Amino acid sequence: MSMGAEHQITAGFMPLFDSAVLVAAGELGFAAREGIDLTLHRETSWANIRDRIAIGHFDLAHMLGPMPLACNLGLTPLASDTIVPFSLGLGGNCVTISNAVWTGMAAHGAVPDLDPARAGAALGAFIRERAGAGRDPLRFAVVHPHSGHNYELRYWLAACGVDPSREIEIVIVPPPFMADALAAGRIDGYCVGEPWNSAAVAAGTGHIVTVKALLWRNSPEKVIGARKAWAEQAPEALAALLRALHHSARWCQDPANRGELAAVMSQRGFLGLPAAVQMPILTGHLRLGGGAELDIDDFFLPFDKAANFPWKSHALWFYTQMVRWGHVAHTPENLAIARDCYRPDLYRSALKPLGVALPGANAKVEGALKVATPVGSAGASLMLGPDGFFDGQIFDPDEIDTYLQSQKTTLKA
Amino acid sequence: MVRTSLAVLVIDENRIRASVIEAGLREAGHQRVTVIHDVSGIARRIAEIEPDVIVIDLENPNRDMLENMFQLSRAVKRPIAMFVDRSDQASIEAAVDAGVSAYVVDGLRQERVKPILDMAISRFNAFSRMARELEEVRGELENRKVIDRAKGILMKSRGLSEEAAYTLLRKTAMNQNRKISDIAQSLVTAAGLLGPAEDE
Repeated sequence: MSMGAEHQITAGFMPLFDSAVLVAAGELGFAAREGIDLTLHRETSWANIRDRIAIGHFDLAHMLGPMPLACNLGLTPLASDTIVPFSLGLGGNCVTISNAVWTGMAAHGAVPDLDPARAGAALGAFIRERAGAGRDPLRFAVVHPHSGHNYELRYWLAACGVDPSREIEIVIVPPPFMADALAAGRIDGYCVGEPWNSAAVAAGTGHIVTVKALLWRNSPEKVIGARKAWAEQAPEALAALLRALHHSARWCQDPANRGELAAVMSQRGFLGLPAAVQMPILTGHLRLGGGAELDIDDFFLPFDKAANFPWKSHALWFYTQMVRWGHVAHTPENLAIARDCYRPDLYRSALKPLGVALPGANAKVEGALKVATPVGSAGASLMLGPDGFFDGQIFDPDEIDTYLQSQKTTLKA
Repeated sequence: MVRTSLAVLVIDENRIRASVIEAGLREAGHQRVTVIHDVSGIARRIAEIEPDVIVIDLENPNRDMLENMFQLSRAVKRPIAMFVDRSDQASIEAAVDAGVSAYVVDGLRQERVKPILDMAISRFNAFSRMARELEEVRGELENRKVIDRAKGILMKSRGLSEEAAYTLLRKTAMNQNRKISDIAQSLVTAAGLLGPAEDE
């Protein structure tokens, strides 16, 4: 810890691989180089992170993408105004199911290719077969109600004709317990970040059936959530940190640094897991169970494809799903809160002095890019996408009502 | 003092701390206290117990699961919310500092819950203090043991009296600006590497 650091910042994180950009910023000197004394605190629940942000123990933290929205929309106790000036990466999650469910799905045409439409159709057929036989609904676990995991699992099932609110049960399980709960038969499947999917495959107790990168390519996951009051009172500290995170993210993306990054994350104070189990998220090479293996493009991106830019369209998509599943009412006030939560303006002004490529817009039409596309940006060139949803839908953040209406009718069909 | 007695559920994986809190609540006149160490099957237990107040340690990774259950589960008949007295920021901070959180059934009056939270906070703090002190005592005992072994090695190999052996250890520690226990540990390690256990 440098005595003469210009800024003192305290941050919380959960022991998940996608805290890597924040952890590496502290551990590998990126923060120190920006004059920041960054203290990292490992936490045991998202509730603890929320509480410690609210009472000022932490200035900012590694958070689930929809979590700051939930705070600002008053969906959680002890909510404090939280802003998102930086995204910690795109992708990284999978849906894993038990061997028994896989057998049931295989009987309905599932093959180990991770194709969301095929897997979803097979799962839907299996769910209806079970319902017809009077069996209990399948129980799936996600890490938090206000999480990308919950919303992408629901999106996937709904698009495949399964009503996730009625035809399955969704429970909350902490990530490190997922594989054990699956093995013990307490749950039938789950959606979680790595390495907790590969863990079940390695144990021979689960199959990966699809991945976030195929459900919605280059889609948002974890973010930096900062207490708004702190950000307003320490704008220079925040800007310095965003620059440190930018350099850290670039370093994390470089394949040459995978070994060193895995070694940092494997320390007891961070992930505390062997470096080998972190390789699937870094390489995108997954074992699916039953001997099948697959390489996934853009499985997890900590930096490329403007991964760190806090797109307002990402926040607004989370908002639509909160509305869709009854977590919040769709009102002009709530929409305004959702629109103000992610702060591309802070990201842009902090990184401007670096002369790096920056998107010119604050929001984009999600799902419109079929191939990787260079975009007009300030400075150097920037590649975005492809960013398609597996069902071919488009989310236009200027047409929220139309989108909500179209999703209402999807399930009734 | 206690009108209709509140049902309190304590969720803590640490059995000793849980019993310390349970004892405190009973002393304060709360007779309906249940302690749970393991959260598996907790929805059913909550349905049975119908707690008015739930006290949980912040180290518990299941807080997210519990909060979700309090909000949504059909097993929970009465809505349960986090105990947050907005007028009392100090009390919230004290709870988080102590490592404890509380959830209460909707509509319960703050003044009936606050004494329970205060009790939990003070017992959590007392427990941490106790654990710290125990750790120190354990450390001291370990140090004393290693110093005794080092003295034994010196007495045997250098033919010193116990007092002279101790003096030599202390002088070496002073010269090197280190703790006696560190010097003793180095000596014991070196003796272990260099030959048969000569201190036995």
